[in-house]
Amino acid sequence: MAAGLFKSSITKKFWMSLTGIFLISFLVVHCAINATIFFNDGGKTFNLWAHFMGTNIIVRTMEIGLFVGLILHIVDGLMLYFQNRAARPVKYAYEKASASSTWYSRSMALLGTIILLFLIVHLYHFWLRTRITGLTIAEPEMIINGKLYENLYGEMELIFSYSWVVILYVLGCISLFWHLLHGFKSAFQSIGLNHSKYKNTIALVGDAFSIIIPAVFAAMPIAFYFKLVH
Amino acid sequence: MNLTLKIWRQKSTNDQGKIVEYKVTDISEDMSFLEMIDVLNYDLVEKGDDPVTFDHDCREGICGMCSMFINGEAHGPNRGVTTCQLHMRSFKDGETIYIEPWRSAGFPVIKDLMVDRGAFDRIQQAGGFISVNTSGRTLDANAIPVPKEDADKSFDAATCIGCGACVATCPNGSAMLFVSAKVSQYALLPQGQVERKERVLNMVKKMDEEGFGNCSNIGACEVQCPKGISLENIARMNREYLMASIKPEN
Ligand code: SF4
Ligand code: FES
Repeated sequence: MAAGLFKSSITKKFWMSLTGIFLISFLVVHCAINATIFFNDGGKTFNLWAHFMGTNIIVRTMEIGLFVGLILHIVDGLMLYFQNRAARPVKYAYEKASASSTWYSRSMALLGTIILLFLIVHLYHFWLRTRITGLTIAEPEMIINGKLYENLYGEMELIFSYSWVVILYVLGCISLFWHLLHGFKSAFQSIGLNHSKYKNTIALVGDAFSIIIPAVFAAMPIAFYFKLVH
Repeated sequence: MNLTLKIWRQKSTNDQGKIVEYKVTDISEDMSFLEMIDVLNYDLVEKGDDPVTFDHDCREGICGMCSMFINGEAHGPNRGVTTCQLHMRSFKDGETIYIEPWRSAGFPVIKDLMVDRGAFDRIQQAGGFISVNTSGRTLDANAIPVPKEDADKSFDAATCIGCGACVATCPNGSAMLFVSAKVSQYALLPQGQVERKERVLNMVKKMDEEGFGNCSNIGACEVQCPKGISLENIARMNREYLMASIKPEN
């Protein structure tokens, strides 16, 4: 099975699409939970959710699946990138690519690389500290309903007080926007779901998704930086 | 019209090749693009130079032989036409026009603008057909009922002339539009059912072996295809292929 996974051009597309849809579904959960910072309750709801996500056995198991999915998506993507470059050994002297396609559909590998670089910093900021090394703020815990909880909200406040971090996160979100704008629709085409009957619906949902999710994510560091949440 | 042409000249498959500049004068705007090249070639022959080699046959948009990458686009700037159907009125007097061969690992250059599209023939031979008994008692094709919608879609797919513009224009050098048109054409008809699964598996295998790139749904092929072959065919081929991979027997 493992060898068969990437055996043909179409199976490679299939896995690209499946892992992509899986990562998209993760974005929904991640975004919804993080959006609780906008409740303006000093991060209580957010910290409770963060505790649940960090301790629930089902969520932790899915986290492993998430990393596997992400790695598959990256490896598959790199394979496609290098094979596709080799498929045109001599370049055109004059190529008017913009006449027939969008720049972002041609730049998925580049956009993906920017997202990956962002992700490394992002994992260092949050995943590493919540799961392994512990938080860096002076008071890493908070009392909610008489119990002690990790104050991830406070850590966010600290991290997003640096302007370079905010800029980096917003750039990551912009790359995600372009990546999704092609990736969402593309994922459905790759598993064979493209029909004049529902093509426009998929495109519409895809476009809306690509705008809303990165916008909500980008709003988080910005809101902390300008002290719009408390 | 007077034009400057920058044409790819390459003596043989293994020659390095380079862009060479030519001037043509007194070109009528009613000429087709190939007739304009004919004028240049007359000039070159008169001067004792080697004329520019290019593929062409019907010159009426149906055979799929003509294949030029003109000013950065397959079959030039117009939509829904082959190079032979492109007319000089689509260009401006004094314009510089780049003319290059299809670029793909699967289409090696034979000479100048002529490429070897034998890979398409080999993909067809891998499954782009139906086996019909010719014992003399063959069933009249018209006696088999086909739903109108399927017939239309199959016919649309069958209008692919195998020119290779999809490969030439795809940033990934992928042949998916061509192969999907051929797969769809038969998958939609009752006559195509017997070999349906092995057809898609074998054609895709051959396509990959021939060195074409992987489709990443950029969609440039659909825009540049002179016959308007739809991306829906690629989605259908993906479906056909995945189903056939899960359950290869009929
Ligand atoms: S799909 Fe269109 S561009 Fe590709 S070979 Fe067929 S006719 Fe030419
Ligand atoms: S020469 Fe036949 S299609 Fe152009």
